[in-house]
Amino acid sequence: MQLLMFYILGFGAVVSALLLVTNKKPVNAAMSLIATMFCLAGLYVLLDAHLVAVLQILVYAGAVMVLFLFVIMLLNIQEKEGRLAGSTIALQFVSILGVGMVFVIAASLAKVRGALPAGGELYPFGTTKAVGSMLFTEYLLPFEIASMLLLAAIVGAVILAKRRISDAKP
Amino acid sequence: MVTLNSYLTLSAVLFSIGAVGVFTQRNALIMYMCIELMLNAVNLTFIAFSRYLNDLGGHVFVFMIMTVAAAEAAVGLAIIMALFRNKETVNVDEINLSKG
Repeated sequence: MQLLMFYILGFGAVVSALLLVTNKKPVNAAMSLIATMFCLAGLYVLLDAHLVAVLQILVYAGAVMVLFLFVIMLLNIQEKEGRLAGSTIALQFVSILGVGMVFVIAASLAKVRGALPAGGELYPFGTTKAVGSMLFTEYLLPFEIASMLLLAAIVGAVILAKRRISDAKP
Repeated sequence: MVTLNSYLTLSAVLFSIGAVGVFTQRNALIMYMCIELMLNAVNLTFIAFSRYLNDLGGHVFVFMIMTVAAAEAAVGLAIIMALFRNKETVNVDEINLSKG
């Protein structure tokens, strides 16, 4: 069962990655990347990394890809190809989301344990509690540095993306 | 039983596909997506080794990689927007500002 899930998710990830790199339209490429990320989230569940799987969907498939789609649609790039209708994009979005959720739920229902020939089974492996306690004790300094990095990124993005004041004046 | 090798192979395949995309695509946005794909492949390696060694350190590293990827996406997309405003294109062949 576990092997079957690995092959299904791995095949899905590879196929959607291939679709990503062969696509000419940025929106289609973004949808393929979202499918890849959902497949990878399922693989993380197979590897007992539950927190990382959820973060993958929330941060990557959610926040980062919405940012990508936002910029794609804001720039409205015409690559010598007709624009897709809004309903088509919505249909793709919903279908990819649905397929991804089916993968994730199926993987979590597959009664997976000990995905690899590892030693002893750490019971709370990869849960929010285990990772969180590690993050706030042993890796506290890197965690704080990451927050500083995010702050710097916010400031940098705002400064880069805003127009010059002289341009903004009418 | 899925072995560590299977995960490493899959990760390598995904990383290679992402690298091919970076080199073949000429659209700056799709190149960014391919870089995200490569980062994801590395994450899969970290998680697989973390499971193999029964050590949660890999999860913390994945957390950090996700932070860096989010920061990179924000700054990179801001750069692309500023570039598009000046040059009206995101095709990297037509953007040669640093050319001597």
